[in-house]
Parts: sequence; C-alpha cells; structure tokens
Amino acid sequence: MVDLLSPTFLTAVLAAGIVAGIPLLFASLGETLAEQAGVLNVGLEGMMISGAFVAFVTALAVGDYWIGLLAGGIAGAVVSLVMVVFCIRLGLDQIVVGIALVLTAEGATSVLHDIWYSRSYPRLPNVEPFRIPLLSEIPVLGGSLFSQPLVVYVALAGVAFAAWAIRRTRWGLELRAAGERPDSLDAAGVSVVRTRTVAELMCGFLAGVGGGYLALVGAGTFVPFVTHGAGFIAIVIAMLARGRPWWCVLGGLLFGISLSITTALQVAGIAIPVDFVEMLPFISVLVVLVLFVRESRLPSALGLPYLRGSR
Amino acid sequence: MTGSNDRIGSSTVGVSTPAVELSGITKAFPGVIANDRISLRALRGEVLCLLGENGAGKSTLMSILSGLYQPDAGSIRIDGREVRIGSPRDGRELGIGMVYQHLSLIPTLTVLENLMLGSNPGIVLDEVRARARLGDLAARLGVHVDADVRVGALSLGQQQHVEIIKALWKDSTVLILDEPTSMLTPQGIEELQKVLLGLKASGLAIIFITHKLHEAIAIGDRVVALRQGRVVGELGPEVLRTGTPHEIQGRIVEVMFGEDPTRGPQIAELREDLAAERSDARTRLEGSPEILRLDGVSAPGARGQHGIEGATFVVREGEVLGVAGVDGNGQRALAEAIAGQRRSSVGTIHLGGEEVTNLSVGARQRLGLRYVTDDRLHEGVVGRYAVGLNFVLKRIGDEPFWRKGTIDRKAIETTARSLITEFDVRTPSPATPIGKLSGGNIQKALLARELSFDPRVVVFHKPTHGLDVKTIAAVRDRIRALAARGVGVIVISTDLDELIDLSDRVAVLFAGRIVGVVENGPQAATRIGELLVGGEAAA
Repeated sequence: MVDLLSPTFLTAVLAAGIVAGIPLLFASLGETLAEQAGVLNVGLEGMMISGAFVAFVTALAVGDYWIGLLAGGIAGAVVSLVMVVFCIRLGLDQIVVGIALVLTAEGATSVLHDIWYSRSYPRLPNVEPFRIPLLSEIPVLGGSLFSQPLVVYVALAGVAFAAWAIRRTRWGLELRAAGERPDSLDAAGVSVVRTRTVAELMCGFLAGVGGGYLALVGAGTFVPFVTHGAGFIAIVIAMLARGRPWWCVLGGLLFGISLSITTALQVAGIAIPVDFVEMLPFISVLVVLVLFVRESRLPSALGLPYLRGSR
Repeated sequence: MTGSNDRIGSSTVGVSTPAVELSGITKAFPGVIANDRISLRALRGEVLCLLGENGAGKSTLMSILSGLYQPDAGSIRIDGREVRIGSPRDGRELGIGMVYQHLSLIPTLTVLENLMLGSNPGIVLDEVRARARLGDLAARLGVHVDADVRVGALSLGQQQHVEIIKALWKDSTVLILDEPTSMLTPQGIEELQKVLLGLKASGLAIIFITHKLHEAIAIGDRVVALRQGRVVGELGPEVLRTGTPHEIQGRIVEVMFGEDPTRGPQIAELREDLAAERSDARTRLEGSPEILRLDGVSAPGARGQHGIEGATFVVREGEVLGVAGVDGNGQRALAEAIAGQRRSSVGTIHLGGEEVTNLSVGARQRLGLRYVTDDRLHEGVVGRYAVGLNFVLKRIGDEPFWRKGTIDRKAIETTARSLITEFDVRTPSPATPIGKLSGGNIQKALLARELSFDPRVVVFHKPTHGLDVKTIAAVRDRIRALAARGVGVIVISTDLDELIDLSDRVAVLFAGRIVGVVENGPQAATRIGELLVGGEAAA
C-alpha cells in the first residue's frame, strides 16, 4: 500500500493530472472560441478522437510527435469542416450534427484501428519532459508543474495569446459579436459566416491537437474510444469558463487531476470497485455543474444558426 | 463639416447639389410593390422627414439607400455622382450612416467596443484612436458618453446617442434615422431634437423616418409623405415654417389621404374626441368595484431580465391600466406573475376578492383571468397546428371540444368558424396551420382565444407590437370594447402613444419596481417620461 500523502505520490498525481488536463485545456480552449462565436460545438469529442487517431498514425510513421500533433490538429479541423458546411453555412441544427459527428468519428477510428493495428497494438516511446532549470527542483511542484513535455508550455503560451486576442484584437471583438448579436455584426459589415467558420476551424484544430496529445503523450498509443468523454468534459469547462481562456487552464487542471486520482487510487490498491473510481471525473463534472451552473452566462446567439434575412 | 466636404472633393460639389438624390427607385417583393418609382432629394443642412404608415415603404427605401437591399430599378446619386450601393459596408464608405429602428448595439460589449466593431482598421484594436474619435463626435452631438461602460447599462436615450455616433463614425454626409423616437420618452425626444439641430447646422443631410405627424412637423424642414410605396406629396420649408401646427397638420393629412376624409381619423393623434372619451371613462369608473388587486408581489426575472419587486396596484372593472417602461424592466415577470406562469415569492394576488396567489395557470383561467403574451409565435400558438385547434389549446380535455377523452373535430370547427368571423381572422380555413398566417392574423386569433369564454381580467403584453396600422386599430378597438363591457384590462407596452391612447391610468415600471401611477390626461406623457427618467436617476 502506497502512502497517499507522500511527496512522490502527490508529484505523480499532479504530474498525471497535468498530462490528463492538457487535452482538456486544448479542447476547451477551442470550444471557447467556437462558443464565443455562437457555435455550440457538440462534436468536440469526435474532433478529439479523430485528432488522436491521425496523430498516432502520423507519429508512428514519422517518428516525431510534433508532426503527429500537427497532423492531429489538421484532422480535427477537417472534421470540423462538417460543422462549417452543415451548421454554419446551411443552418442545420448544431446539436444533431455534433452528435452525428461524435458517433461517426468514434466508429470510423475504431474500425480503422481494428483493420490496421488489432494484431500489433504498437506503442510510441515516452515523450521526454522538458525540465525548466531550477524550478523543476522544487519539491512536489517541481517534478510535476515544471517538468512537462514542451508542448505544455506552448499550450500555456497559446492560452495567454487567446486571452489577449479575444479582448484586444479586431478578430476577438468580431468573435464575441458573432456569438452575441450576429445581425449587428452583419450590419457592421463583417461576415458572420466567415467569423464563425474561422472560429470553428480553430476549435477543430485545437481539439485535434488535444486528442493527439492524449494519444501520444497521455496514452502512448491509440485504442478505440481513447478520449473517453474528454470532449464532453471540455464542453462543460468551456461553458464554465465563459469566454475566459485562463479559466480553461483551471478547469483542465481540476478535471485532469480528478482523472489522475482515478488512476492513482487504482494503482494504490484502494479497495473501491474500479467502476466507482472511474466515475470520479464525471461525478466531479456533475458536482461542478450543480454548484456553478448559474455562473455560466453563455453568448445570446449560442447554438442559433445565422442566415441572412431570416430574422 | 469640413471633413465630410473635403473627402468628396468640395470643388465639384455645388451648394445646391443634393447630398442624396433618388430617382425612380422601384423595389418589389413577392406579392407587393414596396417602392414604386420613388424620387426624392436630401440636402445638406436640412432634415428630410419621410412620413408614412407602417408598410408605406419607408424602411424598404432606406434599406436600399443603406445597401441592405438592391433596387429593381432606379438610380442613386450621392453628391451628384451616380453610385451603386452593394452592401451596408459600401453605404458606409459612401458616407451614409444609418440608425436602425431597433438598436443594433451589442449590450454585452462596452461603448468603445461597439464603436470599434467593423470600423477598426488594423488587427489590434486601436483604443486610443477610437477614444479620441468618440470624444470628438460626442462633442459634436453635445452629449457626454462614457466609453468603458457596457451598452446594456445605458438608458435608451444614451444608447441612441451611441448609435448616432456609430453612424457618423466614418465621416458620414447623410444620417438616416429609422423611427428613432418610438421607444423614447418625451424628454429623450426633446434631447434628440437638440442633437439633430446641432448636426444639421454642421452641414449633415438628415433623413428622419417617422409615422408620427407631430414629429414630422417639429423636426422636418421638408416632409415627404409616402403611401403604399409611392410618394403622395411633399411639403417644403415654406409651408412648414408658416402657419400653426394645426394648419400644417391639416395640410399633411390632406396630402397623405387626399380626398378620403375617413382615413385621417384612424391616426390616434388626430382624434379630438379622446379627451371627452376619457372624462366619460372617469365618471364610469367612479365606484366601479375592484377586480384585480396585487399586494407587494415580487417575482424573479428570467435570464438577464429584471423580476418585479413589491408590485402593488388595483384594477377596477372596466378600467384599462397601462404599464409603461423600457423593455426588460420586469414586464414579463409582472405579466407572468399575474397569469400564474411564474410563482410570486412574496405578496398576494386577488381576483374579484378571491385570493389566487397559489392557484395554477389553469385555475386562474377558469376564474376568468387571461393573458395575451407578447411572444405570440412561440408562447402564444403552436404554429403547425390548425387555427381551430389553436383556439381550444387552453381547453384541452374540456367539453364540448373533447368527449370521453377524444377530440370532437366538429365542435371545434363550429366554434372556430364563429370566432374567425367574429374576430375577422383572415385564414383560408379553420384547418390551415396557424403559423402560415400573417402576424396580424395570428394576433387576432390569439385575441379570439383569450377574449372568448367570459374573461374578467385580461393582461395584454405589447398587444400591437409589430402589427400593421389597420390591425393595430382593430386590436385597440377590441381592447376598448372589452373595458366598456366591464372587464379589467392591463396593457403592458413600450409604446407610450399606445398607452396614452388606451389607458385610464398608467403605471410606470422601472428596474422591477412600480415607480409611480399617472392619471391619463393632458401632460400625462411628460409625467410618465419624468418618472422613467427619475427612476433611472434613482437606480
């Protein structure tokens, strides 16, 4: 039996929490952009799992996880094109198309995985963490927060950039207007369809990178349904973040840790049935939703298609 | 003034060249010619008033000028140059600033953000420049605007100033205002007049769209009257600046309605019998028993809207109580608390002496309480159901329309036919899905449902919102007739003219509180405006 409060254990939980949280961060950041523009991207899980699969296939072939992540991002963006065409351009129901996307992507990646890898189950080598000098020597925090794969720091830089861009750039202003009052944006001479399309593609890209990270760094392999509901948790995080990217970091970390505790408890051999332990992340979603649901002020035009002249 | 002139090149523009000249503009929509060979000119330093009823083609014409619609025929000249305005952006580039009837600002963004939207040249928002420009334009309007406050927190008058500043942002030469006064208090209108006077003096051409005669006379230097898509008359400054307002009004009515004297009196402000009618009403109401009483009723609001707090008032039999207030100040909560669709947290509601505070919607209806919702398309009717079925939606399971749990189509159809005739609902048949009807006919159908089967108290929420003039008149007549029959009526509206037209008393709602009740009569509009402004000052 492992001592639950030992520094080693805490370091492991925190480090694993960050590993599990980064995909949530990427995906919820993407969802934040889409939601700010008025697109409720329910297909996030589908984009993540597509990204995870393509990133894995690419990294396996090329042997470089940066290229793998990039490929994953592109795959996510390609999947999000479905949302662009059917929901943003044609004005179909975002939720229906989103659910269809999730189911299709899960099915397709499972089938392809079965065809290609069901005999070999290949794995990728571990990703070397990038140790920040000095900071990585701090007990507990040093071994977790400050020795992570480089992409983690890239993600945080991305969050800082997104937070700035949403507030301080023309693009961010148009994004918020598209989600709040698309007709006003249209009247201001800015294309709502284009604004939403860009946001949706970025969302798909980020979700794909998140999925890729999950497969390459988190799991080290791809198995069917590897994302395990992370896309839906990310949607919850984005709703609670209310357009503020730094809250995605907090949410990603919170849910990431509750995922890593799940693993840790199992490793520690605590005598709780596995099924209950695995419920933990979803229970924390429910608890957070019950506690903070009133806080989630969503853009007024979220989920509503915008078609000119149909007001 | 200089900025706008220089931009076009003042050497080629003579003083007499119209800022805007429309010739032969024609625009048809399926089934209706909205603009029929319309020609008009707007000059710099002048307010051109476009006067006409709803549906006369004013808004279509201005949508063409601002680039939202393309004309089927005709030409547009700006400062003497023929132009094609392909989009609202083109329109802005050509110096046409438009203030829409419904404010187009985004309430969750700050004033500055709203102004930078669509006008910021670079990628990064240039707040310094925008702030300076806002300062300039606010000074030109003679108003003060706080750049960093969210637009949703501003009063309507202030929001309108921001709208005008936004319209002038790109050195406009023409400012179009589409019915800008319909939501403002008398004080707000006065301030707007002052602002327009200043802008006019700075050399702007202003086109002011309205359906109110007195505004056209007070604000316009020239008035062009539209009717059924055509220009039916024009009065120049020589007429508008001579004679009493009454004479001018007469001239305009003559121009608008020609030799047809029966049309004029449909305009509420021309009805001189109103005052007499009101004093009649007052004597009629003396000693009339109270039918509805609210004591300290509080109810929570929906998302982003005010609830109501401590609403206390009485409605007598045969009385029309108006409720004035800017949208979102608790109107919905008030209406739904009375109808029973929203639980009141504190306070009591009595209907004819009987407490109904804890009764359900259905139980209140059976006691004769009716609510005509403002959301007629969604809450009011089921669009895909037949007109007939919509009539009995609130009587599901009741005899004679349902017998032993099954629907009796014959009984419904018989009732439907008589209601359709009685309430003049224009529908191909009782079996037509109600969603296929026009807004006016849907509203008539709603009234038919709510006003039949012996109502005792009826709450109307924005009963004429978005309807055409004829239907508005019909609906208001219906409301008056209802009160004359002894029914207690509450009319919640954002249209002050409507409340003045209908009500015996007007309660003013601000931030969820009733800040005062005004007896209708001369000066009532001003007092209501004071209360609205006072409410804003207090909050």
